[in-house]
Amino acid sequence: MANETSLLLMIVLPFFGSVLALFLPSYRNAPVWLAGLVTLAVLLIAAACYPSVTDARVLHSTVEWVPSLGLSFKLRMDGFAWLFSMLVSGIGFLVVLYARYYMAPEDPIPRFFSLFLAFMGAMLGIVLSGNLILLVIFWELTSIFSFLLIGYWHHNAAARDGARMALTITGIGGLCLLAGVVLIGHIVGSYDLDAVLASGNVIRQSPLYVPTLVLVLLGALTKSAQFPFHFWLPNAMSAPTPVSAFLHSATMVKAGVFLMARLWPVMAGTDEWFWIVGFCGMMAFVLGAYFAIFQQDIKGLLAYSTISHLGLITMLLSLGSPLAAVAAIFHMVNHGTFKASLFMTAGIIDHEAGTRDIRRLSGLFRFMPITATLAMVASAAMAGVPLLNGFLSKEMFFAEAIETHAISILDTAAPYAAVLGSAFAVAYSIRFIQGVFFGPPPVDLPHEPHEAPFLMRLPMAVLVLLCLVVGIIPGLTIGPFLHAAVVSVLGPATPTYSLAVWHGINLPLLMSVAALIGGGILYLLLKSYLAHSEEGPPIFRLLKGQRIFERAMVTISWRWARYIETHLGTRRLQPQLKLLVGIAFIAGFFSLYRRGLEFGVPSMAGTEPAFAGLWIIGALCALAAAWQAKFHRLAALILLSGAGLATCITFAWLSAPDLALTQLLVEVVTTVLILLGLRWLPKRAAESRRIAAAAGIRLRRYRDLFIALAAGGGMSVVAYAVMARTPPKGIADFFLENAYMLGGGKNVVNVILVDFRGFDTLGEITVLGIVALTVFALLRRFRPAPDSIEMPEQQRIQNTNDEALPDRNPGDTVSDYLLVPSVIMQWLFPVIIVLAAYLFIRGHDLPGGGFAAGIAMAAAFILQYLAAGTVWVEDRLRILPVKWMGAGLLFAAATGAGAWLFGYPFLTSHARYVELPLVGSIPVASAMLFDLGVFLLVVGATVLMLIAIAHQSIRRLRASRVAEAEKEAT
Amino acid sequence: MALVLSLAIGVLIGSGVWLLLRPRTYQVIIGLSLISYGVNLFIFSMGRPRVGAPPLLGSGGPVDPAAYTDPIPQALVLTAIVIGFATTALFLVVLLVSRGLTGSDHVDGREPR
Repeated sequence: MANETSLLLMIVLPFFGSVLALFLPSYRNAPVWLAGLVTLAVLLIAAACYPSVTDARVLHSTVEWVPSLGLSFKLRMDGFAWLFSMLVSGIGFLVVLYARYYMAPEDPIPRFFSLFLAFMGAMLGIVLSGNLILLVIFWELTSIFSFLLIGYWHHNAAARDGARMALTITGIGGLCLLAGVVLIGHIVGSYDLDAVLASGNVIRQSPLYVPTLVLVLLGALTKSAQFPFHFWLPNAMSAPTPVSAFLHSATMVKAGVFLMARLWPVMAGTDEWFWIVGFCGMMAFVLGAYFAIFQQDIKGLLAYSTISHLGLITMLLSLGSPLAAVAAIFHMVNHGTFKASLFMTAGIIDHEAGTRDIRRLSGLFRFMPITATLAMVASAAMAGVPLLNGFLSKEMFFAEAIETHAISILDTAAPYAAVLGSAFAVAYSIRFIQGVFFGPPPVDLPHEPHEAPFLMRLPMAVLVLLCLVVGIIPGLTIGPFLHAAVVSVLGPATPTYSLAVWHGINLPLLMSVAALIGGGILYLLLKSYLAHSEEGPPIFRLLKGQRIFERAMVTISWRWARYIETHLGTRRLQPQLKLLVGIAFIAGFFSLYRRGLEFGVPSMAGTEPAFAGLWIIGALCALAAAWQAKFHRLAALILLSGAGLATCITFAWLSAPDLALTQLLVEVVTTVLILLGLRWLPKRAAESRRIAAAAGIRLRRYRDLFIALAAGGGMSVVAYAVMARTPPKGIADFFLENAYMLGGGKNVVNVILVDFRGFDTLGEITVLGIVALTVFALLRRFRPAPDSIEMPEQQRIQNTNDEALPDRNPGDTVSDYLLVPSVIMQWLFPVIIVLAAYLFIRGHDLPGGGFAAGIAMAAAFILQYLAAGTVWVEDRLRILPVKWMGAGLLFAAATGAGAWLFGYPFLTSHARYVELPLVGSIPVASAMLFDLGVFLLVVGATVLMLIAIAHQSIRRLRASRVAEAEKEAT
Repeated sequence: MALVLSLAIGVLIGSGVWLLLRPRTYQVIIGLSLISYGVNLFIFSMGRPRVGAPPLLGSGGPVDPAAYTDPIPQALVLTAIVIGFATTALFLVVLLVSRGLTGSDHVDGREPR
């Protein structure tokens, strides 16, 4: 049974159950059954794995993920991970049972169990990860699911705030941990946990040890709510109590100490480790216990107690001695059991009495004797009373505290801090029991208190029984399991230790007695003060971690953000574009400056005068277009086309016939497109240019001119420098040599497009289709500006003339306009279609291809619109561009997928020549079918965009009619 | 040849950048078109173009790569031309819609104060 799949199942089952739970009906039992079965199954699988992890053996399961980056989905279970997975799944199962009775019917039960299972899966992921990156991913998942669980009652503001605080703190910690783990991976050269655990010396002696340590500890200490990050845990108490019982006793907060113990063999034992971990742990241990005494909310008391106990574990881990590590691992388990049962007690009291305020509660023993008894035993374990499990680990802690580990103040203070913290623990334990269960009967409670249902008490009873059994006969119960865990962490350094209850009268026992007596006296002294005091300890209650945190959050995420936005941000386009050009220039200049830019004296040698003449015209066109674009839009468009034609001729000149062809055709449609758009732009009188520009505007123009000169000059220099060098050996030769052999075509450019890089082309035509649809969608709701609605001046004059003449009707001149060219354009329709077909068919061997043919075909359509008008064309010709596009995409994708039928990868092509009557031998490759798809899509997209704009002329008439009707109505 | 071509690229991009920084949408669209000519020529020039060596293979036989220009920049530029047309169309429509909505053809959608 125990094999690789069982590890995988332990992670997959909870997540699978989590998804499934969402689809279950919302009445109470179905999600409970699911969650119960999943947790029980995980528990049983974990238990079955035990024989494989004894004697320091390790169970592995690996699924490769990104092997080139050293990432794999590697799961790994050793004795320590086993102990933790038992703890997680065991307490998880009990909490599910408990939650069944705790949750109210009106709560969204499926969501609760879905999140609960997902959290458990993530927690098991942390425990079982065999790869540190994987561990961090699960670590972050626990933060996210804990956020969702704490905020489960999201109508409650305190729950939302607590959840957000927990997420912020643990999330930041998780990011630090990620950075730390990346550093570990850098030092060790692997993220594999086995490899990392084997390189302790390398890590400790690395110059990066201190930053790595700090980052990893930031992750662990935030997660375990250690000083100074402890304040999120009490605020997380607004979570439903089953969540606290699970997350804040055995899982979420234990992840931090789990990680410290996991990395203990490789990171512990240095002065830095001792000081950071020891200081944070001691502060959390003593302060947490001290604060817990003064809490009025039961869950608040338990939360501070958790901080304190985790501090104890952290302190033990800081010492760097193997015996202390044993005690730490032992206490992790013990704390999980008694604290989970105490949280359940708190939930029962809240549920049955309606309040968790110790000042209001009193004398509940007579109403719920069984719960009270169980709670007393668990509290005694928490206080460290003999014959309970808490006593054993606390004895070990005392024994370690009096040992000298490093000569320092911290080590000298340790025994005193230990006794002090333990005395506080005794005090708050007594307070909890005495305040809630004893004393006079309670008055004025929201509910009449009564005993909880049996099944709600059962999980508590199981846990308390475990506390007792472990406390009385540790060697026979927890002994072997603890030993497996200890051996797997410490390896050959495992010390000899004894789990006996009685070690004779020694110093640790005396310390325990002192703590018990001291705690009792402390409680008696404080009793009357506590009965009426405010929440929180005196003086310290003024120093609210939550308040400080919120103020910091507001400052960072609101004040600073606003300041930066108002001072550095802008909504104006021009400064943004200026920045863009400037940064591009600086980036280019900087890299050239660093690497040097060498080229000989530029010479005109070998330049044909005609080519130079072409570009004199081209450059003049470009400059004039820039000059005229504001006041003479049509002139600018014509000049732009001049520059385009120069570009086109350059392509033809320099051995790129395909580009020349495509550029020419695109030039045609672009010009038509912009011409169609010109109509909707506002009139701008050239006279306004005469107004003397203000000094500020002139300055801005000089600055822009400078930027433009720098950008253009820079590009010239770079282009010349590249062309002056001999090219490096590129991949061009491969394409040239194999185009015919592998692609079956002689036009290498076309073969690259439809065959070698067919997948890229598929992506590109998809983009084209998306753009066309966007254009179409934007124009569907187009509303022209009011001053563009009226008929153009030219048409108005023509219509007036028509009306004045007796033999003409209004509109005649418009329809007669350019009649001869119109007729020629209409006659050209079939000719251009033949041209498109010709370009398409020869594309594989000669210049042409799907892109060029598609644009030619689109030009054929748009010419008809230009010649005869939208209404005339659409009465006679139904063009469905969206269908063309759909057919094109399907064709291209289906051709690619067709290769699968023959067992080849996507878009593999096949080529041969076919004899056709009359036409002769033509190349037929499956790539041609792909090219057909390209052709269809280009036609569809281009026509769709052009027609969408052309259609506005009809809509404009409608809009003007509406405007006139409105005018008449008023 | 190289000098003329690189100067041409510089002039196209310089005029384009100048227009890009102007306040009217139409100027920006003309500027972007000029820049796309310049950039296409720039990418094309990376293949060290020559006269009279188009990448159209002769019939049969082993291929001598030195007899042809580099086809890769050409393939890149070919799709760039078509995509450039599409983005020009998109930008044109955006500027028309923006003009219709705001009544202004200023790039910020409102006349400067």
